[in-house]
Amino acid sequence: MDIFLILAEAARSAVGPVAAIYALAAIGLNLHFGYTGLLNFGQVGFMLVGAYGVGISVTVFELPLLVGFLVGLGCAVVLALLLGIPTLRLRADYLSITTIAAAEVLRLVYRAGFAEPLTNGVYGIQNLSGEFRTWNVFFDPGERYGFGAFSFSGNHMWLMTVTWGLVALMALLTWLLMHSPWGRVVKGIREDEEAVRSLGKNVFAYKMQILVLGGLIGALAGSMMAVHQGAIQPDQFKPQVTFFLWVILLLGGAGRVFGPILGSMAFWFLMNFTDKFLRALGAEGYLPFLSGPDYGAIQLAFVGVMLVLLIVFRPQGLIGDRKEMLINVK
Amino acid sequence: MRTRLVTVLLALITAFLVIPGAVATADEQGGESLHGQIGQPDDRDQGVEGILITVFQGEDEIDAVETDSDGIWEVELPEPGGYRLVLDQESVPSEFAVRETTLVVDGVAEVEVEANEQRRVLIALENPGESAGQDESSPSPDDEATEDDDAAADEEVVAVEGVSGGFGERFVQLTAAGLLFGLVIAISAIGLSLIFGTTQVINFSHGDMVTFGAMMALLFSTGAAGLGNSLLAIFAGLGIAILLGAFMEGKLNRTTLIILQWASVFGGIALATLLGVMGDDLGWQVPLWAAAGISVVMGAVLGGTMERYLWRPLRKRNVALIQMFIVSIGLALVVRHVILVLFGASRTRYAGYQVQELVHFGPISMPPRDLVIMAVAIVVLVLVACLLQFTRIGKAMRAVSDNRDLAESSGIDVDRVTLYVWFLGGGLASLGGVLFGLNQVVDYEMGFRLLLLMFAAVILGGLGTAYGAMVGGITVGLVAMLSTLWFPTQLMQAWALALMILMLLVRPQGLLGQRERVG
Repeated sequence: MDIFLILAEAARSAVGPVAAIYALAAIGLNLHFGYTGLLNFGQVGFMLVGAYGVGISVTVFELPLLVGFLVGLGCAVVLALLLGIPTLRLRADYLSITTIAAAEVLRLVYRAGFAEPLTNGVYGIQNLSGEFRTWNVFFDPGERYGFGAFSFSGNHMWLMTVTWGLVALMALLTWLLMHSPWGRVVKGIREDEEAVRSLGKNVFAYKMQILVLGGLIGALAGSMMAVHQGAIQPDQFKPQVTFFLWVILLLGGAGRVFGPILGSMAFWFLMNFTDKFLRALGAEGYLPFLSGPDYGAIQLAFVGVMLVLLIVFRPQGLIGDRKEMLINVK
Repeated sequence: MRTRLVTVLLALITAFLVIPGAVATADEQGGESLHGQIGQPDDRDQGVEGILITVFQGEDEIDAVETDSDGIWEVELPEPGGYRLVLDQESVPSEFAVRETTLVVDGVAEVEVEANEQRRVLIALENPGESAGQDESSPSPDDEATEDDDAAADEEVVAVEGVSGGFGERFVQLTAAGLLFGLVIAISAIGLSLIFGTTQVINFSHGDMVTFGAMMALLFSTGAAGLGNSLLAIFAGLGIAILLGAFMEGKLNRTTLIILQWASVFGGIALATLLGVMGDDLGWQVPLWAAAGISVVMGAVLGGTMERYLWRPLRKRNVALIQMFIVSIGLALVVRHVILVLFGASRTRYAGYQVQELVHFGPISMPPRDLVIMAVAIVVLVLVACLLQFTRIGKAMRAVSDNRDLAESSGIDVDRVTLYVWFLGGGLASLGGVLFGLNQVVDYEMGFRLLLLMFAAVILGGLGTAYGAMVGGITVGLVAMLSTLWFPTQLMQAWALALMILMLLVRPQGLLGQRERVG
């Protein structure tokens, strides 16, 4: 077993496209939870509508990719309004139940038989990366860039540039928003909703705006996911994805601009490291009681343990502020 | 502290950046290839062996492969470009046919492969005639409960059996099915609602407690050996420790109590290891009803353990509620995937209860097992209602659920009541799992699928009220089943959710909830 090879592989995945996509989605979740205290357990639903916005527009209606992105974003706005209108006036727990259920129902609807003309059911939509790759003017698709363990093909480099660029843009947007009067009201809602209401602010409207905004960022992440993979299936958007995003957010530090970014890199590093390490151990025969699919399950159990331990022992994550994380449901 | 952590992390990342990189990356060294896995239509985990796949580039044959015993195949390609993949229809076992998709037409698929892409090609099999639109009312002359093929092939759907005939008849039949489904939801959801009432925690791991119950019953009814014995030993240890804590507190001095508790926990673990090592020498098997009993007790212990060793310490630490929700999600992931590792992803049914003579009541015909499920569910619901209404502990549960502080100040031992609520909730969740598994199939995600309906049920009935959960559960079951009269089966859960959202708009406190400000 080559421990350095495993470490290098894991580090490579920490800067790769998947980490960037999850960082983007986690930024949206950070706006919801970290700054406003909204318990969104269905971020994957926003990613799903983003991905399928691109997928259906491009393959079924043969629209340009850019329109696909816009369709995805539009769907995210609709979804956010549908979720927000009934629940945002209520306690935070109602939103959490509604979002987790809505995301799962969306997945079931997209994979259902009657939706097959549009979504192609469980088999998903394919051939989505083409147009995005034609936009690539910086990198030669055949060439490999980078050095050593950190080499990516031209296509991946292009995707990473765009996605990390979007991450930087959204981080900047978060920073600007949260240092504006609007952001102070939003953070006030997290600390004490009643106090903000008593100052004459329309708490519901602010919550709705932030739900839409975070959902839009989530949908953008979903669209980038569709473009990155070139193929999407509904079953990629299981609730696990949302839970990954929560671990990322809590690992990095909720309520911090760089929290989700750092969290995503650390999370994918850890995920890949544990996976490769376990498999290497298995390949050398140390784990005779495990068979192939068990490794994935162990990894997910590990994510769960990580979630529990983080909340119990370090709720502020790597760079968070412990005082800010002592928020409670009122 | 914070800066130190960041520094360490950055140092770590830098260290990997400068690792000399002669290393080729594993996932990209292979060049281009096509691969995939062909599974049986009813159970995609079961591969189909010996299907011949040939890949052409233009007119040149690149390679021909056969699927292995797991149904996996792979073809290495020389270069990026367009390829044609031909499936030898003759080699497909005669009981299956190749499913027509946009990609695979008549057993031929055209694919574009990019540089360094390992492309997965999805090829699916189906039972012949499935896509041609099956006869709606499959006539079964021997009147046996036949499998609904379509529903069995789709693992995410709750199957409805024995529904046929005109609208009126189907309405009655689906009402019966909905009542059954609703009773199962109600049983599982009471715990969820009571736990919310007493602790304000939404237990996202409740669904996985349902799965746990179903799996335990499956384990003990199909023959428990090393694994079952070990699990029993661990749970016995934990159960004794919790009961000691609940009953002996105050009678023994604190140190003795703690020592006894830990001794029992570690004793259980040690015994489990021993039994695990002995393995299959101690094999035994009980009928399903006894296995269900064992699983209910184990579910109660599981609930009690969670409360005693996780939630109570967290409450003592004053961990905020939002954090508790996240902990329960983490717990759900752990339970679900430990079950997956231990029992695998296969979908099984309780043996011996599948093919039964249908019993007819006018237009309704049900297998006897469904009647038993309904009877058990109704009896248990009545018993729970009696418990809550007439016994001391039941009144205490309702009091704590109503107002924790007031209950505490009037002398109720809130911690102990909460523990009992978790016992009750865990036990009922297990029972719900067994009943759900008996009616449908047992697999590691069944509980999570039921969880969404349970949420709908408790919100509909009113969060925190036990009777609300019963009413809500039955309503949700009926709505979900009756919606299939007009809408596709896959939308069942969507209608339950729609009902829930409607309720939140109109009466957020739920049917039986008290009018209070919930926002």
